[in-house]
Amino acid sequence: MKIHIKNGHVIDPRNNLDAKQDVFIAAGKVAGIGSAPDGFVANQTIDAAGLIVSPGFVDLSARLREPGSDYKATLKTELQAAIAGGVTSLACPPDTTPVLDEPGLVEMLKHRAKLLNLAHVYPLGALTRRLEGKLLTEMNALSNAGCVGFSQADNAMTDTLVLWRAFEYAATFGYTIFLRAEDYYLAQNGVAHDGEIASRLGLKGIPAAAESLAIASILRIAQQTNTRIHLCRISSAEGVELIRAAKKNGVQVSADVSTQHCHLTEMDIGYFNAHANLKPPLRSTRDKSALCQGLKDGTIDAICSDHTPVNDDAKLLPFAEAEPGASGLELLLPLALKWAADNKASMADAIAKITSHPAQILNIAAGDLSVNANADIAIFSPEAEWKVQASQLKSQGKNTPYLGQSMLGQVQYTLLNGQLTFQNNQLESQ
Amino acid sequence: MHNPQLDANGELKHLLTIEGLPKRILNQILDTAETFVGVAERDIKKVPLLRGKTVCNIFFENSTRTRTTFEIAAKRLSADVINLNVGTSSQSKGETILDTVDNLIAMHADMFVVRHAQSGAAHFIAQHVPDNISVINAGDGRHAHPTQGLLDVFTVRRYKPDMHNLRVALVGDVLHSRVARSEIHALTTLGVPEVRVIAPKTLLPADVEKLGVQVFHDMKNGLKDVDVVMMLRLQNERMTGALLPSAQEYFKTFGLTQEMLNHAKPDAIVMHPGPMNRGVEIDSSVADGSQSVILPQVTYGIAVRMAVMAILGGGQSAGGIS
Repeated sequence: MKIHIKNGHVIDPRNNLDAKQDVFIAAGKVAGIGSAPDGFVANQTIDAAGLIVSPGFVDLSARLREPGSDYKATLKTELQAAIAGGVTSLACPPDTTPVLDEPGLVEMLKHRAKLLNLAHVYPLGALTRRLEGKLLTEMNALSNAGCVGFSQADNAMTDTLVLWRAFEYAATFGYTIFLRAEDYYLAQNGVAHDGEIASRLGLKGIPAAAESLAIASILRIAQQTNTRIHLCRISSAEGVELIRAAKKNGVQVSADVSTQHCHLTEMDIGYFNAHANLKPPLRSTRDKSALCQGLKDGTIDAICSDHTPVNDDAKLLPFAEAEPGASGLELLLPLALKWAADNKASMADAIAKITSHPAQILNIAAGDLSVNANADIAIFSPEAEWKVQASQLKSQGKNTPYLGQSMLGQVQYTLLNGQLTFQNNQLESQ
Repeated sequence: MHNPQLDANGELKHLLTIEGLPKRILNQILDTAETFVGVAERDIKKVPLLRGKTVCNIFFENSTRTRTTFEIAAKRLSADVINLNVGTSSQSKGETILDTVDNLIAMHADMFVVRHAQSGAAHFIAQHVPDNISVINAGDGRHAHPTQGLLDVFTVRRYKPDMHNLRVALVGDVLHSRVARSEIHALTTLGVPEVRVIAPKTLLPADVEKLGVQVFHDMKNGLKDVDVVMMLRLQNERMTGALLPSAQEYFKTFGLTQEMLNHAKPDAIVMHPGPMNRGVEIDSSVADGSQSVILPQVTYGIAVRMAVMAILGGGQSAGGIS
């Protein structure tokens, strides 16, 4: 299959390409940019006039809910949501049921994803067994099964000795550890940022210090043990400041922020909107500004969807009892573009935050359009405006605080391994 | 954002929290309550305003006192009253809040009086009832207890009518108190110029001064020259979890004794939402003393709850009964 994408504007941040170019695809790979390889005859031509041609997006955190929670979502529905959002590679956290702490589970997940052939799935293995923070998992076996890193998902590590040893062990083999930094005790039972809004609404708060204290410990241990660490879902200005300083000091650290936290604040809880019940909590306007600035100056490397589909019943509860999380794969692009527009960053900056940077963090071959790279491509209209409606979302999780809001930027075509998998809101039959 | 408590004409539709309610509506409720104070002193303690209506008390969190005052208020308005202690029935069988509420809607209740341990539960229920049903929040988590806030300002207004010239101190566990939040909003909305909170830092919520109060950490300075002392209940479980070292130390530092009360104005009144922990937050001699208006609070509570129900259920406005 040979595809010619013509008349499009290519943005490929890793190759510093931001220009009108044609893209030529053969045998599932990028065969040429700008000029066709010798003897290239296309079987299919995609007219991308007025559209942006980008590497397929790479999402650092998408819960697919398999195994164990198919009443919330299935691999199929969520990977269809992924390609509808232009996401062709995604990392999924290990907090499934059972937890991804056995190689067999990881192999099964990889196998099922491969059969669907919609997007590349990169599991993060559990750092400790059952995510309990006590015993290390068989990291080598999990890595061989396909894990690209190790994570505690939303489970905090309370035992610093276990944390230290987990870092040392992972560093032995060069594995990256993905942690959402949160002090267990300071965050316990909390559901909102500990500030004026939580005080008014009578919600139990989680202070920003719950994040910054944990970040400080993690950074210190990472530096001492020479471990490569990725800090997930930063939510506070204090957190951004600590990471900025650590990067200056040469700590091997990267960080991401979710599409929710770089746009929303505690104010968006409104009158107890359960869709704004998120982990970590939405924080103050000052925190949000610091996150956006951190993205701009490179302190925060990537934007992720933190896709967490939740069934309606689990959200139809009073705020604190509702299950936290937001569905987000289909909103990754427009919300990344909105970050750029709101913060005077370029479109290429936004694309880098959802392609080359996360690919580098995961250490996977994705997120660029170099010749001979996998032809995983998203083609989108930056000007198309659409409204977020539950009925239109492909994800089984209709839970998003952006319901009813207008988005700017819509994916028109998605290609995986040089094959068109998504087109104009209609899934190609598999 | 549309205030879910008001209808399209800006009139009260549900009573969920005092915060965000205009002064006009607070005064409407208080003025209506004045007309009901006398009803209890009559031979026949009933008015027919809610005849034929059904008020449903749904208590997801157990309470005898508050439920009883709502029940008396509804009955004095001639409503039929159903009491449902969900805390001890359906929820323990796994039924969700919405299932419970839907069942009561199907039984054609007109008004729900709701108490729940989670902040925001009353808002949640109000969002899911049909247009013809009003919801009254009888306490949700730490968030709000609006009828308590209203009966407290009603009591203040009866004893200290010049609200624009008052100094009020709230003492105790503001952090966990829905009563404190409702009192603060009611007092500030009605124009009380100085509202103080007196508590150790462990019992104050983050950024509490943004609610419009002055913060004190000692009784002597906090009570100095105040006109009204509002005590808050301290639950025994606060002694665990490192919020306070002991009941004894709390009483010595933040308990209201006559000696402490003497720092307030000589004619200051003392209030408490009940139930009291004598010897923990308040000394018996103060609770039963001449400055205490704790029992009148209970009496006025019925008039205020009648007023709220009458306004929500019968389109009753100020000065309505004669």
